[in-house]
Amino acid sequence: MAEEVVNAHAGGDEHSRRDFIHIAAGAAAVGGAALAAWPLIDQMSPAADTLALASIEFDLSKVTEGQQVVVKFRGKPLFVRYRTPKEIAEAKAADHADLKDPEPDSARVKAGHEQYLILIGSCTHLGCVPTFGAGEYGGWFCPCHGSQYDTSGRIRKGPAPKNLVVPDYTYLSATKVKVG
Amino acid sequence: MSDHESTYVPKTGIERWLDERLPIIRFGVDYATIPTPRNLNYWWTFGGILALCLVIQIVTGIVLAMHYTASADHAFDSVERIMRDVNWGWAIRYVHANGASMFFLAVYIHMARGLYYGSYKAPREMIWLLGCVIFLLMMMTAFMGYVLPWGQMSFHGAVVITNLLGAIPVVGPGILTWIQGGFAVDEPTLKRFFSLHYLLPFVIFGVVFLHLWALHQSSQNNPVGVLIPKERRKQDTLPFHPYFTVKDGFALVLFLMLFSVFVFFMPNALGHADNYIPANPLQTPPHIVPEWYLLPFYAMLRGIPDKFGGVVVMFASIGLLFALPWLDTSKVRSMRFRPAMRWFFIILLVVYFFLGWCGAHLPDEPVIPGVDGPDLFDGNLNSYLWLTRFLTAYYFGYFLVITPWMGLRETPLPVPEYVSSPVLSHDEKNG
Ligand code: HEM
Ligand code: FES
Repeated sequence: MAEEVVNAHAGGDEHSRRDFIHIAAGAAAVGGAALAAWPLIDQMSPAADTLALASIEFDLSKVTEGQQVVVKFRGKPLFVRYRTPKEIAEAKAADHADLKDPEPDSARVKAGHEQYLILIGSCTHLGCVPTFGAGEYGGWFCPCHGSQYDTSGRIRKGPAPKNLVVPDYTYLSATKVKVG
Repeated sequence: MSDHESTYVPKTGIERWLDERLPIIRFGVDYATIPTPRNLNYWWTFGGILALCLVIQIVTGIVLAMHYTASADHAFDSVERIMRDVNWGWAIRYVHANGASMFFLAVYIHMARGLYYGSYKAPREMIWLLGCVIFLLMMMTAFMGYVLPWGQMSFHGAVVITNLLGAIPVVGPGILTWIQGGFAVDEPTLKRFFSLHYLLPFVIFGVVFLHLWALHQSSQNNPVGVLIPKERRKQDTLPFHPYFTVKDGFALVLFLMLFSVFVFFMPNALGHADNYIPANPLQTPPHIVPEWYLLPFYAMLRGIPDKFGGVVVMFASIGLLFALPWLDTSKVRSMRFRPAMRWFFIILLVVYFFLGWCGAHLPDEPVIPGVDGPDLFDGNLNSYLWLTRFLTAYYFGYFLVITPWMGLRETPLPVPEYVSSPVLSHDEKNG
């Protein structure tokens, strides 16, 4: 008999209180699971030591005119180019060419140090390492899918969408830079 | 077949005792005697072959993992040590490396079988969808496995493929750093790939279980493609064992012979010499290519001039497989009775093969050497770039245009009522 009484009272009222508890409990479980999952997801982001390794110093006197030195920076190649006056002139002349990712040469080097071009040597298409001295524009050619960069490291042809990245760097002295 | 009645009778007291508590023998026996369409041909043996492939990969993989070191400084050397010093290491590694290729060979045949005989159509959509999931998981597993030896191809392949994610607008770069665990492919990337490479085959195992569950729920297809009604079961089916265990077993032996030819006589034929050079982040090999089984997708990726567009097209090419059961408007399953569609299907296979061919060549290379074709937009018409685009267009056209359109327009040949009627009517004609 007692059951019948409960049922008689149940109605819509009782129903919605149940629903509320269900939804509240469900939401708490989902929220809790999401909170618990976050550390498991975020552990994959760069660890503190990976982030700490992020800057290097480089002595520019090691590079001679016309040469490119490649060092490792954050796991990627860092190109340090000592450009010839001809290359600098070419780069400046191309400032007004039809560029895919327009940027003047002056924005890609530090004033007074135009001969040194410092770039992340990772193709902006899918990350291969472009080779210096190949291609039509006197700069770099990417062997993977054929992107071509000019003497300022700007994208001129091929599937890459952007210019080669100029990392953040500062001159510590006339011949020494800190990258990153 | 789901309502297949159990024929198992426990004979001994122990079996009766066990059967009441855990009817595991009953499950096995019922499975082995499941009524199977009597007209299955050899294209149906690849399911069994695939099961064996998965077991081979898991067994050899677990053994390799006992000697392998997942660290950027030691991975390459540990694989070389497996090859030179570990007892039977060379054999185990060659079986695992070639096993991946054999696995894909079998899965491609298995999928082509499904396409040809319409095994993806109602009531078997779930079997097909789960199969597509397995295919995706296999590609991920194989890609991450290929990274483990940490050779030049491993490394730069990982760079290019992870960078695909970076092409996604807005969130791409964040996801890229998260996946790589740093600013480039490096130690953290290798370690997580090893962990996942170990895990995913077991996930595949689980999905295979669901795949088979769905199979026995919606019954097996057959070369004629008609459903077998319950009252025809006696005439049109045979118990799986011994009829199909023997047939599958025979095909398996042939397959293992091919497998052995690769493992023992040409173990590196399907690999790439550059992967025997330790990874060097400062230098990309002159020509990077994925393993042969991923080449068609790689070709599609490169054929599109836009970075993100290429990624979308590549994933869409697999997405189409998922959508296929709803793109096909034809009620006739087997292409035996769809003479025109059959040609489109054969062309699809050829197109897919040549897409792989394109993926192995540089986009700028001429298809016919020495001929200077006219330029069209951003490339020469006589280049792998344009060939890839034409082939990609056919691939998409097959699923998005030809399949829905043919189902509405074609006149199929008369479909026999029962699995065994083609044979009988043939006899009547002759007799
Ligand atoms: C779906 C199943 C699997 C596929 C398709 C697969 C595929 C591959 C491939 C393509 C390689 C690279 C081979 C080479 O070129 O050296 C590889 C390597 C490796 N796999 Fe797997 N694998 C599978 C399952 C497993 C499992 C279950 C494990 C371990 C528990 C495993 C452990 C390893 C190890 C340690 C390596 C590195 C050693 C080597 O490079 O030979 N694999 N796998
Ligand atoms: S990675 Fe350089 S062109 Fe594709």
